[in-house]
Amino acid sequence: MEFLMATGVGALTAVGLYLILLRRTFPVVVGLSFLSYAVNVFLFTMGRLTIDKPPIIDATQQGYTDPLPQALVLTAIVITFGMTALIVVLSLRAFLETGNDDVTLDVTPEDEAPGENGAENGAKDREASR
Amino acid sequence: MTSSWIIAPVAIPAMTAAFLVLALRHSLAAQRVVSVAATVLQLAVAIGLYVIASDGELRTYLLGNWPAPFGIVLVLDRLAAIMLLLTGLLASGIVLAALGEWDKRGRHFHALFQFQLLGVNGAFLTGDLFNLFVFFEVLLIASYGLMLHGGGPRRLVAGFHYIGINLIGSTVFLFAAGLIYAATGTLNMADLAAKVPLVMQANQPLLAAGALLLLTVFATKSAMVPLHWWLPTAYGSTSPPVAAMFAIMTKVGAYSLIRVYTLIFGASAGPLADIAAPWILPAGILTLVLGTIGVLATRRIVDLVCYSLIASMGTLLIAIGLATEAALAAAMYYALQSTVAGAALFLLAGLLAPEKDSRVSFAWQTQYATLFAGFYFLLAIATVGLPPLAGFIGKLLILDAGRAASAAATVWPAILITSLLLTIGFARGGIRIFWKPSPSLEEPAQRAVPAGPVAVIAGMIVVIAGLSLFAGAVMDDLTAMAEQLRSPERYIAAVLRAHVTLNLTGE
Repeated sequence: MEFLMATGVGALTAVGLYLILLRRTFPVVVGLSFLSYAVNVFLFTMGRLTIDKPPIIDATQQGYTDPLPQALVLTAIVITFGMTALIVVLSLRAFLETGNDDVTLDVTPEDEAPGENGAENGAKDREASR
Repeated sequence: MTSSWIIAPVAIPAMTAAFLVLALRHSLAAQRVVSVAATVLQLAVAIGLYVIASDGELRTYLLGNWPAPFGIVLVLDRLAAIMLLLTGLLASGIVLAALGEWDKRGRHFHALFQFQLLGVNGAFLTGDLFNLFVFFEVLLIASYGLMLHGGGPRRLVAGFHYIGINLIGSTVFLFAAGLIYAATGTLNMADLAAKVPLVMQANQPLLAAGALLLLTVFATKSAMVPLHWWLPTAYGSTSPPVAAMFAIMTKVGAYSLIRVYTLIFGASAGPLADIAAPWILPAGILTLVLGTIGVLATRRIVDLVCYSLIASMGTLLIAIGLATEAALAAAMYYALQSTVAGAALFLLAGLLAPEKDSRVSFAWQTQYATLFAGFYFLLAIATVGLPPLAGFIGKLLILDAGRAASAAATVWPAILITSLLLTIGFARGGIRIFWKPSPSLEEPAQRAVPAGPVAVIAGMIVVIAGLSLFAGAVMDDLTAMAEQLRSPERYIAAVLRAHVTLNLTGE
């Protein structure tokens, strides 16, 4: 069981790290998701591995599982889910605006005018929201 | 009664931000009024909390009245009060500077700004490692929105980098929290401080791994070498008020370093005592050197400011790494002045290069050259550390604190030589900006000087001057703060005792 969990976390982390090191946005996003899976499983096992025990003190049962890691994992899952949604939207938007999904910063300052674009986009967005 | 006010710096921005998003979505004018009012209110609360905390006692706030090691606890000590005050001061200035021009370039600027304040204030107040993670995430989510504020392809790509780096940082934070929890069975900072010296031999490598992973997380946040490279890209691509606000975010990392490595893994941590100190000091020196090289190497004014921010973080990290009482007080003094100076420099960079790319707009240069050059001169003096402004006093205090340490042989030359190089870098930057012949003299575009940012920069310079004028009084307070930090048993007692008093009143 310990071996299974340890290799599982290790494999997920390795896959995540490999994908993050690629230079296109989609693999990076998937890699970040793998990393967050790894950390969720890791956190889950940090209250020690126990089987068939309730996460609460129960008079009818012998012993209990530490409930705190479960609460932590729940919070972490919610946060990473929000973050993943955000970075997916961002990478899509970056793809649509720059025309490629390269993560390198090869946009030269002369190619664009963030101020003016921003003002236009902001105005458009506000129009759309009305 | 007074302890209820501790939740206010978290509650006010949370409610304001929700109100701004839900009720005032369509009226920018109303958003501005509410946002400025809420920020000023937070400053008032921060001043009040600072006064409360200055009697040297630690106060706690138990959320939902759950007793300390089990529930969530907010702790107000001198360090937290000072950081709250700095945040309130900076935020009030920046929200005023953003009015009119920058907050209309995208939607929800004010709501995101308030959420960011929520995260920053919460991170300073929390007494729980996992909640520190949560508040980090809150301030980061808000900062992602702020960073992208205004749009543009360059900002999007830089934003992707920034978010990616911070997501990896968050993952590492969770790994570290998991390891520490596995070894100690708690994440409450006071409880951790009490339990870390008692951890059994077999679990100590686990705990050490957790402590050092935590160091990499805080190093990323505070732009410590080798984890500093994201900062110029991110801060250099975002809008000036946002970059100014981000100047406090590197200090959140520095704050966490001070908190965790004085309280939990400080001198009284048994076998793991001062586990991070041998890493922070050399990394700080390297950060300072690389930041200085960056200042010398850049062409854009925004990058100059970014690298000077890295250099000042290096100086701050050196002081934290020295880890004596005097060094901690000096570190905080330097942090106060460098945060304000950095924020003012970002705002000034936004005025000097308001359009398109970040090169100087020449029409503005001819009209307001004297004013802007004066600002640049004063802020450069403050950042570099020349007398009479606070940067000089801060560096002097750090040098003085480093005199006794065995590291003096490296700390002194590092700070002194980089100060000289920074002076050269800033002088070069000033020459490049203000002494260039203007090609557009014949068509000076008539633009009104933006009163908001100019007034705010002037105000920030006044704050820096005030810090130097009242350096003695400020240092007395900061020495008391460092004293409080060096005796973690009082923190532990204050937080865990809250448990007892609660039972008495609850029954």
